[in-house]
Amino acid sequence: MIAFLLKRTANAAFVMLAVALLAFVIFRFFGDPVEMMVNEQATQADRMELRERLGLNDSFVTQYTRFVSNAAQGNFGISYRNQQDVMVLIKERFPATFELVLVATVISLVVGIPAGVITAVYRESRLANMLQLGSIVGVSLPSFVVGILLILAFSVSLGWLPAFGRGETMDIGWWSTGLLTPSGRAALVLPAISLSTFQVTLVMRLVRAEMLETLRADYVKFARARGVPARRVHWRHALRNCLMPVITLTGMQIGNLIAFALVTETVFQWPGMGMLFIQAVTFVDIPVMAAYLMIVSFIFVALNTCVDITYAWVDPRLRDDTARAGGRNG
Amino acid sequence: MEHPIPPTDTSAAVPFVRHTWVQRLKDSDLWHSFCTHPSAIFAAALLILVAVTAALAPVLSPQNPYDLAALELWNSEIPPLWHDGGQAPFVLGTDTQGRDILSALLYGSRISLIIGFASVLVALAIGLSLGLMAGYFGGWIDNVIMRVGDVLLSMPFILIAILITAIATASLPTGLKDVLAAPILIFAIAVPSWVQYARTVRASAMVEAKKEYVQAAKLIRVKPWRIMVQHILPNCLTPIMVAATLNFGLAILSEATLSFLGVGMPPDQPSLGTLIRIGNQYLFSGLWWIVVFPSIQLCLIVLSVNMIGDWLRDALNPKLR
Repeated sequence: MIAFLLKRTANAAFVMLAVALLAFVIFRFFGDPVEMMVNEQATQADRMELRERLGLNDSFVTQYTRFVSNAAQGNFGISYRNQQDVMVLIKERFPATFELVLVATVISLVVGIPAGVITAVYRESRLANMLQLGSIVGVSLPSFVVGILLILAFSVSLGWLPAFGRGETMDIGWWSTGLLTPSGRAALVLPAISLSTFQVTLVMRLVRAEMLETLRADYVKFARARGVPARRVHWRHALRNCLMPVITLTGMQIGNLIAFALVTETVFQWPGMGMLFIQAVTFVDIPVMAAYLMIVSFIFVALNTCVDITYAWVDPRLRDDTARAGGRNG
Repeated sequence: MEHPIPPTDTSAAVPFVRHTWVQRLKDSDLWHSFCTHPSAIFAAALLILVAVTAALAPVLSPQNPYDLAALELWNSEIPPLWHDGGQAPFVLGTDTQGRDILSALLYGSRISLIIGFASVLVALAIGLSLGLMAGYFGGWIDNVIMRVGDVLLSMPFILIAILITAIATASLPTGLKDVLAAPILIFAIAVPSWVQYARTVRASAMVEAKKEYVQAAKLIRVKPWRIMVQHILPNCLTPIMVAATLNFGLAILSEATLSFLGVGMPPDQPSLGTLIRIGNQYLFSGLWWIVVFPSIQLCLIVLSVNMIGDWLRDALNPKLR
């Protein structure tokens, strides 16, 4: 187990170093950092001095090592655009994205699990067929189209819910939350629904597939034969055994949701990390782009590693047989 | 094109029939499955309709949306035909510059379909060749290719695509940006998606490479690339076909998303995503048709591709036969 733990952690560290290399190459070689920082009147000597001070004359390896150790301490430099510490900018924006992703995840579970059970249990019913059709439509609808249509319906036509911004927020320490004010909650509804559409269908399909398998198991037949009510068999005995993969999927998808939130945030002018990133892309604000890439990838890799380790802990068969696990995913 | 196939025991009554490819298609399980799945037929018909109208866009559309001289400002903001104030040639209305929505839609679908298709082809080319090499040679080649793949998979798809387009456009001179927008997008979507093909092919290639027919081919000194392409590749095509179909839908979605975010196709050669981005600005001024019709078109395309992909996955899955 310890060997597996070390191997998996080393693997994650390697991936993060590679991502850091990528971020560093972007940071260092696309657009000259010195040109981005100095003003028009700077003399050649000023530039040389800044170049020396930033350590841009050191060797590639030295610079990369410094970049990694700075990044590990949460220091991603100064934004080119508004001359602020990148980490401060991201810290300001992180709560907005996190709350959006959290609520979208909750929606996906609350809607997706029952829908999956229904489509599996009542396979030929009209409701199940409609849900199945809905799931394929859900996969095909781009999240920004869902967002736009929701705005058209609920903000423009009906005027029920706000279409942009976060509403009022309350500060708890450095964390600003929109969940505690009525306007904050109202503002969260449409973005969260639009972000969760894809995730709902994903959860639903997974639950359906798992349920179909579980319903064939002997213990389900036995429970039926024993006279346990159908509802109890389906929603309690069978569903419980389907939840492990759902938890895995949810955990692994959080990284994806954070990345995809940038689309939703653009549609709803949601002041989160994704908006920050998209603005950075339009202004070629490289430090912000590099930091965002590193942070999202870190969350992604960390979650995947945790899931793998948990699995290996629960199921000893997976410990030494990593090759097979890799092949099966492929 | 005719393929003579050797007589088998099933055709004992008819000693030797020359099968054309049409007949072979008609006799196949796949065709039978297709004919018995209404959703697959519907999706295929829809996709063909979209593809044909997109291909014939210059003939069918009432206006050339790229020709700025054809745009008349007094034709701007006309609602769809069935609405109050709709005008004759503009079936789906016009945008704020007098551009006919239907024409823009047809041309936009063309761009979206081409970019989606091309990026799948590029991803297939990269993924199949790297996957075959990794599976066949093994060793350090395998290690390097798969590590690169791992790193790519550890970053969200959309993030890689945005970074590639952002960096490519930022480092290009202004004149080239618009010309190269489509190739950049194709590349940006292909780079994060080849890994899936490579993994699939590698797994099959590793199995096949140990089999006797490959050993025999090696013994008679058939060249490695020939063994890979002619002997191993055909044996791993089924899962690849399904993945490629589903990825075609994903590629169109990704292109639309990138264009919507403003890092894709420029406004003077709009894809469906660009049209939605433009229309999104008029969401609150009551000009709903500018954004709604391109959105519907995009959803229809992706929906039909996904339905075909789903059907194909079930039809080719031996467990479900």
